[in-house]
Amino acid sequence: MVQQSSPITSPHLSVKQDTGAVMRLVLLATLPGVATLTWFFGWGTVINIVWASLVALGAEALVLKLRKRPIGFYLRDCSALVTAFLLAISIPPYAPWWLVIVGVGVSIIIAKQLYGGMGFNPFNPAMVGYVVLLISFPVEMTSWAAPADSVADQPALLGPLQALYANFPWLSSQPVDAFTMATPLDVFKQNNTQMISEFWGSEPQFGSFGGYAWEWVNLAFLLGGLFLLYKRVFTWHAPLTMLLALAFMAALFYDGGSAASKGSPLFHLFTGAAMFGAFFIVTDPVSSAVSNRGRLIYGAGIGVLIFLIRSYGNYPDAVAFAVLLMNFAAPLIDYYTQPRTYGHGNARK
Amino acid sequence: MSHMLDWAAQYPFFAAVIVLVMLCALFGALLGFASIKFAVEGNPLVDQINAVLPQTQCGQCGYPGCKPYAEAITNGDAINKCPPGGEAGIQALADLLDVEAIPLDAEHGEENVTTVAYIREAECIGCTKCIQACPVDAILGAAKMMHTVIASECTGCDLCVEPCPVDCIDMLAEATNVQSWSWQLPASTPTSHLIATDRGRGQAA
Amino acid sequence: MTRRVFAIHGGVHPPENKSQSLTTPIVSAGIPELLVLPMAQTVGAPAKANVQVGDRVLKGQMIAEASGFISAPIHAPSSGIIAALDDQLVAHSSGITAPCITIKTDGKDEWIKHEGVADFRSCDKQALIQLIRDAGIAGLGGAGFPTAVKLSPSADKRITTLIINGTECEPYITSDHSIMRERAADIVRGSEILAYLLQSEQILIGVEDNKPDAIAALRTAAEGTSIEVVEFHTKYPSGGEKQLIEILTGKQVPSGGLPADIGIVCQNVGTAYAVTRAIDHGEPLISRITTVTGKAVAQPRNMEVLLGTSMRFLLEQCGWQPAEMSRLVMGGPMMGFTMPSADVPVVKTTNCILAPTEQEFPTPQFAQACIRCGLCAEACPASLLPQQLYWFARAKEYEKLEDHHLADCIECGACSYVCPSNIPLVQYYRASKAEIRQRDLEHIKSEQARERFEAREARLEKLEQEKLAKRKARKEAAKKPATASSAQDPKQAEIQAAVARAKAKKADTANGEDPVQAAIARAQAKRAQANAEPEDKLATLQKALATADKRLGNTREKLEQAKSEGSDKVTLLEGSLGKLEAKRQQAQQALEDYQQKEHG
Repeated sequence: MVQQSSPITSPHLSVKQDTGAVMRLVLLATLPGVATLTWFFGWGTVINIVWASLVALGAEALVLKLRKRPIGFYLRDCSALVTAFLLAISIPPYAPWWLVIVGVGVSIIIAKQLYGGMGFNPFNPAMVGYVVLLISFPVEMTSWAAPADSVADQPALLGPLQALYANFPWLSSQPVDAFTMATPLDVFKQNNTQMISEFWGSEPQFGSFGGYAWEWVNLAFLLGGLFLLYKRVFTWHAPLTMLLALAFMAALFYDGGSAASKGSPLFHLFTGAAMFGAFFIVTDPVSSAVSNRGRLIYGAGIGVLIFLIRSYGNYPDAVAFAVLLMNFAAPLIDYYTQPRTYGHGNARK
Repeated sequence: MSHMLDWAAQYPFFAAVIVLVMLCALFGALLGFASIKFAVEGNPLVDQINAVLPQTQCGQCGYPGCKPYAEAITNGDAINKCPPGGEAGIQALADLLDVEAIPLDAEHGEENVTTVAYIREAECIGCTKCIQACPVDAILGAAKMMHTVIASECTGCDLCVEPCPVDCIDMLAEATNVQSWSWQLPASTPTSHLIATDRGRGQAA
Repeated sequence: MTRRVFAIHGGVHPPENKSQSLTTPIVSAGIPELLVLPMAQTVGAPAKANVQVGDRVLKGQMIAEASGFISAPIHAPSSGIIAALDDQLVAHSSGITAPCITIKTDGKDEWIKHEGVADFRSCDKQALIQLIRDAGIAGLGGAGFPTAVKLSPSADKRITTLIINGTECEPYITSDHSIMRERAADIVRGSEILAYLLQSEQILIGVEDNKPDAIAALRTAAEGTSIEVVEFHTKYPSGGEKQLIEILTGKQVPSGGLPADIGIVCQNVGTAYAVTRAIDHGEPLISRITTVTGKAVAQPRNMEVLLGTSMRFLLEQCGWQPAEMSRLVMGGPMMGFTMPSADVPVVKTTNCILAPTEQEFPTPQFAQACIRCGLCAEACPASLLPQQLYWFARAKEYEKLEDHHLADCIECGACSYVCPSNIPLVQYYRASKAEIRQRDLEHIKSEQARERFEAREARLEKLEQEKLAKRKARKEAAKKPATASSAQDPKQAEIQAAVARAKAKKADTANGEDPVQAAIARAQAKRAQANAEPEDKLATLQKALATADKRLGNTREKLEQAKSEGSDKVTLLEGSLGKLEAKRQQAQQALEDYQQKEHG
């Protein structure tokens, strides 16, 4: 029997913002970062984003059809697109086409829809996809493109068409190979002997304060993040404590630049996926802690974990692992940060 | 002290036996103490089950009341024989006993809206048969006097309907009024059409 | 004025839309032809009518009495004739009808004799509270709690602070605002009366800072009194009783408790005004100020309305465009209730009639998935976790809901207001609260049934024991005389033995039949029969006919017997015989119809 329709309930007003609009704002806010990535690494990221979006929409529609849910209604919330964007930005610009399919498929089908769809996933779908790819295809996932003008005899950046051929080799009779090189965090990890100041000068991967190119990418994502903060898409709590915790850990272990040094706070904040993670991954509401107090703890936990994994783990960057680990902890954090209800003397449990 | 340790080192077998005996005595004493200190009167599980049952005393389960059925459940009878309790009641019993909730056994009746007995008083001949049948003494009256139901005490078991020789008892559902009306939970899926398909699938599975 | 005000958790800032209805002063709505007064207008038991259809009533005459401690009487808002005492559509979302008194007004507006108290300070407090009770005054802010009850806190509670609530934080509503700026003196007077009754030394009138003219008017009126007018920032829902208490005093009302528990009583400004009218002038509560607003009315304004006036009557005076209206709401946009029709009467709690357009209040979209954004928890003035409550409500986990303090939800709607996924959270909470209340009631009822069942079992057991004991005693008694006195009087012994046998036999038959068991057996037999026979319509109809026949036969026999005995049952049996005959005919008709249909 269909439920008896109730009269319209109060409140009769609501803020003119729906989940779809929030998601579209997030998509918009990635644009500076995407533009910067394209500027330094060529058109690969854009190709990835378009391809990942198509795959994500297809996968989402497929699962919705199997689950007999209205496809249009759920696609309109744009959450699949956000997942696609985030994953596409995280993977190397010239990742092969099938890598995107696998990653997006894992994200949308396993990490999101198998848990019940939007709002029910305990883990950030994009990061689940990323980690699965990183563990399964380490070579493809660590072959990051070389940034433009980093080395003197570097070939020119790939244009849109060449980038397309690099990602889809079977589209062209003469496949293009992108020029790749180690990322700053890779280099940093492999260094055991040189003083920081020494190899800062000798390696092309380093810029004025962060990684070369990466400092600009991070600044661009910071800009996008500040835009979202201004638009009140999320609160400042988790990103701020994540960045503070990362900087604090770095400062704690920074000895001024010896060979055993783990890098300056500025270096950690402006290299790898630090800013992207802080404003686009950590702020995912579904898989993070709910209350503001909880988010402070959640963000700080991620910051600490990023530093620890970057410095002592096997993988150069750590945002995805740190986020997934703290996703595990989110329900616990929620449990211990329940607010005191009005009229109750003591905090709950 | 050191003597004892020396002795224990010398005769490890006896030392072990002595220690074990001492442990046995200790735990035995603890258990004995606990059984007195935390002793429970009666059979708490029966009371707990009985508290979950709706107390209509209707006998639809095949037992002469809710308590006997509660006792039967503790002795292993199925938990799905109570139509007035319905699915919610079965769920509560399943939670209490930590077993799987099973659908209501149709043999014992269906879950219906709760009703209250009303005697059409003009037709009552005062035979007292319904009074004898009422398990909760909710019918007032005497021989050759008109009877009436105390509506607030009636459990809606309908045991009084059958014995009435003149068929003057009706089971009426209480009408919703402004005070008893309440909001329903909103539908949780976008269209009613979908709810229907999901339901169909659920039954087929 | 530098009184410290305290912050409350959460809250939202919806667009106020108050200025539209404040352009004109309060106008009188006039006397409609019919006044419909629901018996249940306030919290508590419905009133009981004390008039008959056809009675002429005068303005201010009590037409329904309070029926309990928490209940308020109802008075005729104008003179006229009682036209009906029946069920009518009332101001309730369900669209269910409820008992009402309808008065056909005569237009004379003739007052019943009434007079006020010359000097309330020289009067007995209990007598004054009784006057307020008899005037039918209830909280006019929206909840409608009978005022006299709030004025009689239990003896162990000392009320130190009286708070007069002039916050009116809901958007659109300006009835309190207009009464404050136009009738401040009466509000101040009423506050003094209330403070006198409660013996409270501190009187605070709390007003949001979006009503500077009201604050100025109150401050002027309050000069020379101990009343303090406190201004604080506008935020919804500052006007909730618990929230206002926290803003003004920094104290929180304990969960499940009353403001009186912390020495505070809170009353609405409209209530204070009504108290002045009742004490100084002897006028019962027969009218109130109601805001009529929304974009579907051309001239939004505040009106002084006789209770019982139809909403349509008011809307039509304000340039109503029914075609433009998306829905009709009683109250504000945040907590108001959708009305089933415009033909419902204004009651004591009708502070606003809101006729919005579709563009103003769009039809709610279907809820999207919760993305756990946590905006609801930030907006909740009770510091609840609306999102957790939502999950538990969906899963019908009522114990968890109680653990998470669902009962402390004030249904202010701030959570739904901020929800980006348009989830009707408040509806989830309302439905769950109702379900929990229902379960509690059922539990109480089942406990009661259990006790009664057990008492009955004990009683039957006792009777059984007594019978057994008697039988035993009789048997022994029967034996003794048989042996000892048989020689003396054999005939007597014979008689005694026969009596004992008869008694024993009677007792036996009485014992042999436990009615519960028998009834259960019958119920089972019936069920078994019903199960055994499939839902064959023909069989059912035939059976019905057979049963009717049998019943008829039985009753006829009984009737014959009763007639021959000259029993007083004859008339009764004749009556039931007639009915049974009718029933039999019906059954036969049904069977024939069915057979015809089958064959034809």
